[in-house]
Amino acid sequence: MTIDRRSLLAGASAGAALIAAPALVRAQGAGPIKVGEINSYTAQPAFLKPYRQGWELALEQINAAGGALGRKIETIFRDDGGKPEDAVRHAGDLINAEKVDLLSGGFLSNVGLAIADFAAQNKRLYVASEPLSDAVVWAKGNRYTFRLRPSTYMQAAMLVEEAAKLPAKKWALVAPNYEYGQSGVKWFKELLKKAKPDVEFVAEQFPALGRIDAGATVQALEASKPDAIFNVTFGADLSNFVRQGNTRGLFEGRAVVSMLTGEPEYLDPLGAEAPVGWIVTGYPHADIQTPEHVKFRDAYKAKFNDYPRLGSVVGFDTMNSIAAGLAKAGSTDNEKLVDAMKGLKFPSAFGQAEYRAIDHQSTLGAFVGKTAVKDGKGVMVDWRYADGAKYLPSDAEVKTLRPAG
Amino acid sequence: MIDLILTQTLNGLASASSLFLVASGLSIIFGVTRIVNFAHGSLYMLGAYLAWTLVSSFGAAEPLGFWGGVLLAALLVGLLGVVIEVLVLRRIYQAPELFQLLATFGVVLMLQDLTLATWGPEDKLGPRAPGLKSFVILFDNRFPTYELFLIAVGPLVLLILWLLFQKTRWGTLVRAATQDREMVGALGVNQRLLFTSVFAFGSMLAGLGGALQLPREAVNLHMDLSMISEVFVVVVVGGLGSVTGAYLAAVLIGILHAFGILIFPKITLVLVFLVMAVVLVVKPYGLMGKAPIGGARGHGPAEPLLLPADKLTKLAGLIALLLLVLAPLVAPDHILLTLTELVIFALFAASLHFMMGPGGMASFGHAAYFGLGAYGAALAVKWLGASMEPALIFAPFLAGIAGVVFGWFCVRLSGVYLAMLTLAFAQIAWATAFQWVELTGGDNGILGVWPSAWAVSKTGFYYLTLGVCVFSILALRLTIFSPLGYALRAGRDNPLRAEAIGLDVMRIQWVAFAVAAFAAGIAGALFAFFKGSVFPTYMAIPRSVDALLMVLLGGVQTVAGPVIGAFAYAGLSEQLMKATMYWRFGLGLSIVLLVILFPRGLVGASLLLRERWTRQPEPAARLAAEGGR
Amino acid sequence: MNAVPQLQAAVPAAAQDPVLVVRDLQKSFGGVRAVDGVSFSVQAGTMLALIGPNGAGKTTCFNMLNGQLRPDGGEVLLAGRPITGMKPRVVWRMGVGRTFQITATFTSMTVRENVQMALISHAGGIWSPFGRARDRHVEAADALLAQVGMLEQAERACGVLAYGDLKRVELAVALANQPRLLLMDEPTAGMAPRERIELMALTADIAAAKGIAVLFTEHDMDVVFTHSDSVIVLDRGRLIAHGTAEEVRRDPNVRAVYLGSGATSGGH
Repeated sequence: MTIDRRSLLAGASAGAALIAAPALVRAQGAGPIKVGEINSYTAQPAFLKPYRQGWELALEQINAAGGALGRKIETIFRDDGGKPEDAVRHAGDLINAEKVDLLSGGFLSNVGLAIADFAAQNKRLYVASEPLSDAVVWAKGNRYTFRLRPSTYMQAAMLVEEAAKLPAKKWALVAPNYEYGQSGVKWFKELLKKAKPDVEFVAEQFPALGRIDAGATVQALEASKPDAIFNVTFGADLSNFVRQGNTRGLFEGRAVVSMLTGEPEYLDPLGAEAPVGWIVTGYPHADIQTPEHVKFRDAYKAKFNDYPRLGSVVGFDTMNSIAAGLAKAGSTDNEKLVDAMKGLKFPSAFGQAEYRAIDHQSTLGAFVGKTAVKDGKGVMVDWRYADGAKYLPSDAEVKTLRPAG
Repeated sequence: MIDLILTQTLNGLASASSLFLVASGLSIIFGVTRIVNFAHGSLYMLGAYLAWTLVSSFGAAEPLGFWGGVLLAALLVGLLGVVIEVLVLRRIYQAPELFQLLATFGVVLMLQDLTLATWGPEDKLGPRAPGLKSFVILFDNRFPTYELFLIAVGPLVLLILWLLFQKTRWGTLVRAATQDREMVGALGVNQRLLFTSVFAFGSMLAGLGGALQLPREAVNLHMDLSMISEVFVVVVVGGLGSVTGAYLAAVLIGILHAFGILIFPKITLVLVFLVMAVVLVVKPYGLMGKAPIGGARGHGPAEPLLLPADKLTKLAGLIALLLLVLAPLVAPDHILLTLTELVIFALFAASLHFMMGPGGMASFGHAAYFGLGAYGAALAVKWLGASMEPALIFAPFLAGIAGVVFGWFCVRLSGVYLAMLTLAFAQIAWATAFQWVELTGGDNGILGVWPSAWAVSKTGFYYLTLGVCVFSILALRLTIFSPLGYALRAGRDNPLRAEAIGLDVMRIQWVAFAVAAFAAGIAGALFAFFKGSVFPTYMAIPRSVDALLMVLLGGVQTVAGPVIGAFAYAGLSEQLMKATMYWRFGLGLSIVLLVILFPRGLVGASLLLRERWTRQPEPAARLAAEGGR
Repeated sequence: MNAVPQLQAAVPAAAQDPVLVVRDLQKSFGGVRAVDGVSFSVQAGTMLALIGPNGAGKTTCFNMLNGQLRPDGGEVLLAGRPITGMKPRVVWRMGVGRTFQITATFTSMTVRENVQMALISHAGGIWSPFGRARDRHVEAADALLAQVGMLEQAERACGVLAYGDLKRVELAVALANQPRLLLMDEPTAGMAPRERIELMALTADIAAAKGIAVLFTEHDMDVVFTHSDSVIVLDRGRLIAHGTAEEVRRDPNVRAVYLGSGATSGGH
C-alpha cells in the first residue's frame, strides 16, 4: 500500500515539477544525486577507514541496481580533521560549490552537532551517521537532522539492563573526559539507580581522552574497592587501561560493564589480552548469521579482502538509508526528502530499522554480550541483538527532551 | 591510604621516566641549536611504531629479540633525526627565531600521514617485555615489574647523560654550546657536525622513549601530539637546556598526574599547565634553567627597517582591497565563504603579528584570545540574549581583558619562555571552555550563534567581515608606524637602550599584548557568527599553531606579511583538504619547502627580490655585534 | 669621606653645586664587596674619568648610578635630588643621558629614527597610537645629528653602521633629553685610535658648551689623560685616588695597581 502511494506521490510531484519548471527537472535529472559526506577521516582513521569501505560497498550495490530515482548516487568525501569549524566550512562548500543534495557523516559529537546546526540554519537534510551525543536528536535536535547509530543513552540503557542483574552494589566508573564519556556515566548512573536503587557509586575517574595515565587510574579505582566497574574508555585508552588492569589485578573477582568494547575496532587491537567476561556492547561480526548480515559480510569480504568492522556497518547502513529515503521521497527536493526520512524504514545489515518520526533517531540496535578470548583474539560470546527501539525513553519523555519537536 | 600514596608515587615515577627520555632529547636539542623541535613527539611515536615492527619480527619472547628491537628502533629514529637535520634544518639556522619551529611542524604533518600509510589506522598493542611481564606485591598492591624497570631507567639515563657531558669532549662541547652559542663558533669547532650529532642524539632519546612504551601503551597515531605538549611543559618547567631540570620536572609532572587524578579527577587536563604557569611566574627560566647569555634574542640577522609603503605597494594593496570589495559581484557563494574565512584569519594573523613582529613576543597560545572572542560572542548570545551587534562589541573586550591579565605575567618573560607561558594560559582557557560544561557546553560547544537578519546572507556577512577586518588591520598597521609602535620595536631591538631613553618596555609590551588579544577577539567573534557555533577547538593548540604558521610564512618582519601569510596558508590548507585525504602530507611538505625557499617569509622574500632588482645592496658594513668585544 | 672635599678642590669651577654627588656607595655580590664606600662628585661642564683595573668595580659603580643596579647602601644625588635605586628610565627622565660599553641602538631603525625615539620619549609622546613616528621632531633630531657629525647618514639603518658611527649615534641619542649628566661606559672601546680622540674631543666640546657633567669609564689612558678634567681610581671596590690626571698619574697607589695589572691602554 505504502509503495503504491509513494510512487503515486512521486509521479504526481514529478509531473507538477515538469509543468512548473522543466529546466529544473532537466538539470536535476541529468547528473547524479550528490551526497556530501564529512568525517574525521584523518583524525579517527581506525573507525573511518572501515566506515568509508562500508559506504562504498553500499554505494556500489545501489548504483549497480540502478541508483535512486533512476539516477546514480555520487559521494563527495571531505575530511574535517576532527575540527567542527572545518566541518562547517566543508558543509558550506559542499552545498554551495558542489551543489550536493544532502549532507551526511560526523564521527565526533561536536562535529555532528555543528553540522546539524548548520543543516537547520541552511534547511538541508543531514544524516548523522555516527556521532553518539544525545543532543544530536534531543536537546539540539532539529527538523533536518537524522541519526543512525544507537546513542549514548541507548548504549547505556542496553548495558544497564545487564548490570542491574548483577549482585554488585558498589560501582566504580571510568570514562574519557569529554561529552561522550560524561553522558555515558550520567545515563548509566541514572538508569542503574532507577533499576536498582540500592547501588552506590564509589569512584569516578575521568582521564583525558587519548592520554590516560593507566597505572595511576587503575590504582585509584582499586583503592575504592568496588564490586563492579563501568567503563566508557575506548581506543588506545582502553588498551592501556586493560593492560594495566590485568597486571594489577583490578578486574579479578569484579564484574566489568563496558561501552563499545565489543566493537572490533576496539577489541581487536587487544589481541590475546582482551578482557574475559566483560559485559559489553559491540559487534560479533563473525557469528551473526542472519541473511542480511551474511550477505553484507560476504560482499564486504569479497570487495575488500577483510572482515567488516562496526564502522563498515555504519557506513553501509547510512548509505542504504539515504537511498531508501530518496526512493521514498521520489524526489531530491529537500523538504520532501526530510518528510520522507521521518518514519523511514530502511534495510540495514542488522535487519530492518527505522528513523523514528518523533525524534529522528534510528532504531538500529547493537549487540550485547560478553567478551572472551578465542584463538588469541578477543570475541563476543553469549550475545544477543538489542533492538534500538526498545532502549529509548517513552514518547512523553522524548517530547520533553526534544524542544524542537 | 598510605599504601595508595606510595603506590601512586611509584606510578608517577614510572610515567616520569618516559617523559624524561623524550624531554631530555628535546632539551638538549634546544640547548645547542635553539630549535623548538615540534617534531619531537613524532619521533617518539615513530620509535614506538618501529619498535613494534622490529620486536615482532625479531621475536618478542626472546630477550635479544625484544631489547634488540627496542634499541634498533631508537637508533633508526636517531638516523631519521640526521636526515631531518641535514635535509631541512641545516638550511635554515640563519632564519629568524622560531622559523625552524615552522619547519618542524611541517615534518610533524608529513610524519603523521607517513605513519598512517605505513602502519595503518589500527592501534598496535605491543608485546610485553620478556622477564618483566608480571608484577610484584608492593604496599599490598600488585605493581608491574616493567614499571619498576622504567622507574630505574630514568635516573640511569640521567647518569649516562651526565657522564657523557662531563667526561667526553663531545659532551663538553654540547655544554659549552648550551651556555654560549657564539663561543662554540669561536672555538673552531665543526659546528655543522655538532648540530647534526646533537639532533640525532636527541632524536634517538625520543625514539628510545617511544620504544620503551611498547610494553606499556598501545602504539597509536595520536601519540605524537599528546606527547609533545606534555614534553614542552616538562622541558620548560625544568629549564630549557637543563637535563637535570628535565628529570626533576618530569618527576614533578608524573607525580602530579598520579595524585591529581585522586584529588581532582576532572581537571587533569589543565593541572600540568597550571603548574607550568606557576613555575614560570615564580622562576622565569624554569627550575634549573639559566638566563641565556647574550640576551634572549635569537641568532637571526638584525631586523630590517620599517619603511612606509611606497607608491607601488600602496597601489597593489588598493587593488587587492578593491578586488575583495568587488568579489561578491562575480564570485559564487562558496568562494565568498572561503574569502570570509580568509579575511577573518588575516585579522587573526595580523593581531599575532602585532605582538610578535614589532613586539618581539612570539605567542604559542594566541588562539586563546581568538577563542575568547568567539566565546564572548556566543555567551552574550546564549546567556544575555544579545543580538549580533552588541555581541560583536562585547566579545573583543572579553579577549582584551584576558590579554590584560595574562599579558601582565607574560611580558615579564621573554623568548621561548614567554611563548610557553602564553601556551600555558591558552591551555588553561581551553580547559576552562572544555570543562565548564554548564557555562560553555563543554566540547559540544554553543550552537545557534547566527548573525542578525541583515548580515545573514553570504554577501552581507562578507561585507561585515571585510569592513571590520580591514578597519582593524589598518588600525594595527597605523599603530605600528605610530610612536607607540616604534616604542614597541625599540623595546624589541634593545631593551637596555629603550629603558635608557625613558621607555617603560614592560608596560609598552603589556599594552601591545592586550591590543593583540583584543584584535584576535574581534576575529574570533566574527568567526563565531560565521560558523554559527563555538567549540573549544577554537582555542586549542592547533589553532595557535595555525596563527604562528601564517605569520611566519608571510614574514614576521613585514607588516603585510601576516595578511599574505593568512591567505597563503589558510587557502593552501583548505584546498589541500578538499583535494586529498593525504592533505597533511601535502601541507607539511609545502611548509617545509616554503621554509627552505623563503626563509624570510613570502613577503620578506619578495621585498628582498625587489630590493635586489632596484638598487645595489648596502655594502656589508660591520655589524654592531662584530665590532664589540 | 674626605675624598669629596679634596676632589672638589681640584675642580676649577668649585663655586657651583655639583651635578652629581655620590656618597658612600656600597654593593656586594654573594659576600664579595664589589663597590665599597665610594664617594665622589662631578661638576657641570666637566669630564670626570673613572678608571681602574679589570674587576675594580667600575661597571658595578656605573650601573648603580644609572639605575640598573640597586645599591646596598649609600646615596646618589642628581642636582641635589636623590636618585638612589631609581629605575633607569626614571633616572633618564631626571636628566641623565648614557652610552653603553657595547653600543645599544635600535638596529631596525634609521639613525634619525633612533634620535627621534629619544626625542619623542622626552616630549612624553610615546603612548600615542596615531600619526607617524618618523614625522616627529625631525628638525631637532637632525640638529643633534649634525652636532655629532652624523647628519649625512641619517637615513641609514643602525644595523649596518660602522662601529665608530654607532658611538656617535649613541651620543646624539644621549643628548636628546638635554641631560645635566652624561654617563659613558667605555665610550671608545673597539674604536680606532684616531676615532677615539675625535669622539672624546667632540664630547668635551659639547659638555663645555652645554654645561653638561660627564662621567666616563675608560681603559685607554691616552684618552683619560687628554680628555678628563679629573680622574678617580677604583681598585677592588674602593676609591684609591682622585685628582687631576697628572696627580693621579703620580700617585704611588695607582702606580702599584697598574704596574700589577700592566694595562695602560687599549681595549680588551
